[in-house]
Amino acid sequence: MFEIISGTIAGIKKIGEIKSRKKLSDIIFENFTLFFAVIIIAIVLFIFYEMFNDSFPAREKFGLNFIFSSEWNAVSENFGAFTFIYGTVISSVIALIIALPISIGVAVFLSELAPQIVKTSLSFLIEILAAIPSIIYGFWGIFVLAPFMRTTLQPLIQSVLGFLPVFQGNAIGFGLLTSGIILAIMITPIITAVTRDVLNAIPMSQREAAYALGATRWEAIKMALLNAKSGILGATILGLGRAVGETMAVTMVIGNKANISASLFDPAYSMASVIANEFAEASGELHIASLIYVGLILFAVTLVINSFARLLIYSITRKADVK
Amino acid sequence: MKQNYYELVSRNNLLKRKSINVVMLGLCITAGFLAILPLVYIFFYTLMQGASSLNLEFFTEIPKPVGEDGGGMANAIVGTLILVGLGSAFGIPVGIFAGIYVAEYSKSFLANVIKFVTDVLSGVPSIVIGIFAYGLIVIPMQRFSALAGGFALGVLMVPTVTRITEEMLKLVPHSLREAALALGIPRWKTTLRIVLKTASGGIITGILLAIARAAGETAPLLFTSFGNSFWSSSLDGPMASIPVQIFNYAISPYEDWHRKAWAGAFVLIALVFVVSLIVRISTRKKYN
Repeated sequence: MFEIISGTIAGIKKIGEIKSRKKLSDIIFENFTLFFAVIIIAIVLFIFYEMFNDSFPAREKFGLNFIFSSEWNAVSENFGAFTFIYGTVISSVIALIIALPISIGVAVFLSELAPQIVKTSLSFLIEILAAIPSIIYGFWGIFVLAPFMRTTLQPLIQSVLGFLPVFQGNAIGFGLLTSGIILAIMITPIITAVTRDVLNAIPMSQREAAYALGATRWEAIKMALLNAKSGILGATILGLGRAVGETMAVTMVIGNKANISASLFDPAYSMASVIANEFAEASGELHIASLIYVGLILFAVTLVINSFARLLIYSITRKADVK
Repeated sequence: MKQNYYELVSRNNLLKRKSINVVMLGLCITAGFLAILPLVYIFFYTLMQGASSLNLEFFTEIPKPVGEDGGGMANAIVGTLILVGLGSAFGIPVGIFAGIYVAEYSKSFLANVIKFVTDVLSGVPSIVIGIFAYGLIVIPMQRFSALAGGFALGVLMVPTVTRITEEMLKLVPHSLREAALALGIPRWKTTLRIVLKTASGGIITGILLAIARAAGETAPLLFTSFGNSFWSSSLDGPMASIPVQIFNYAISPYEDWHRKAWAGAFVLIALVFVVSLIVRISTRKKYN
């Protein structure tokens, strides 16, 4: 009896051994797929390495002062990125101020209020909004949004809030405010989609508990929003990352003038658009290196922004998975 | 007396809470409409502006100089097809196999790192990818080339394809893998012939979406494939593409070029719309 049992145990052990010994073909396949997966890491590292290398002449000559100098002169070969950083930051912040409330509203509508048919069709339309090429937004911006800003919206704002310095100056249609609005349209889909997913990850029972205590629908939703706040923060930062890196649409409506002024109506320049406009025609090693330096800053900033946003979103959705 | 007072307060309060409720819910619904307003506007405006230039010539002729009537974007259309083809040749295999690794060996620490890096790569601005391709291919070759443009588009496609492959593979039930393994089929064969095949519908539609997005990318092509007013078939020379052509036409002062650009924009929007619709319909049938 004992021998039979011990024999069986030995047999089980042996099966275990066979199972744990991987086949050669499996090892090859795993490493084959791993190779492609590692390519992705290699790409990111290599982008950094290459831009770091290629921007060397500019980094050596201007150092960190590059970030704070607002002179950009291809003739005297004096380059500084402050004007572009300013344009990128201000237009992105405008975009967030406009897009955030709308995106949260849409996400609440999608996850809490809308009937199924509306939900699927609205999600579909917002997906398309995200998929429209940015060149088309820019083109539309030149011929529809900028004239509308010049003739209608900017005079209207000026007549009401004209005493504020940010709304003074000539209404020419191309400038920080217009690019902020275009960016807001472009980042709404991503903020909406992530916020909706985060809201869906908040357990239904919390809302039911609120209803049971006599809360109105909005009060229950407000509680869900408060619980989802770090996820919504992640979505916002993700949207910010998109806005900072967006190139074509901004290039076409920001006015492309290296200029810092208090007015949001004035033309400006952004980091991505100066690269788009000058790179192909840049002459001189220092000019190209400076443009790559701008690109390097842009890359580093979006890398930090995106990593932070992803980690925030992971922490929320992973919690939901566990539940 | 005190009792009544409380009642009054709570009733007032209730009224206030209820009106806040109505206002806030109303605002959410308004936001829903507000968000799709630009889409509807852009869609119909492009259709109206582009329709007049959208004729057979647009698809068969190359651009004509300013002042001459007619001409089209045939070289840009072919150029976009070639560039996207080159991009797919790089982006799709890398994306699919990386996706397989992340989904099938998801317990390893490295898989999580790769998932994270993929998400981060998807947020890298496309203009930065353009500089990357410029340094990697244009500088050594000493000229703008379709190869560099295609490579840039490929890098942009990788994160999308990886994520879609991973998500679709994870939808395949575990019992299917276990059944295959129980029959003595090796794991790699199970993954390729059973899991990947089951998920192939979803992966293909996801790849279509990645292709449609790549076809509309402009920024990474500006200084890689550059642009070309003529037919070009060599991969080591500059090549025209629809988005770059739209950009050059859009910022030009000529009315006729603007109309052609609208027609090009309409082609791109139609592509995105049709592909998104295919994706929607095919995934709904399968997973709902």
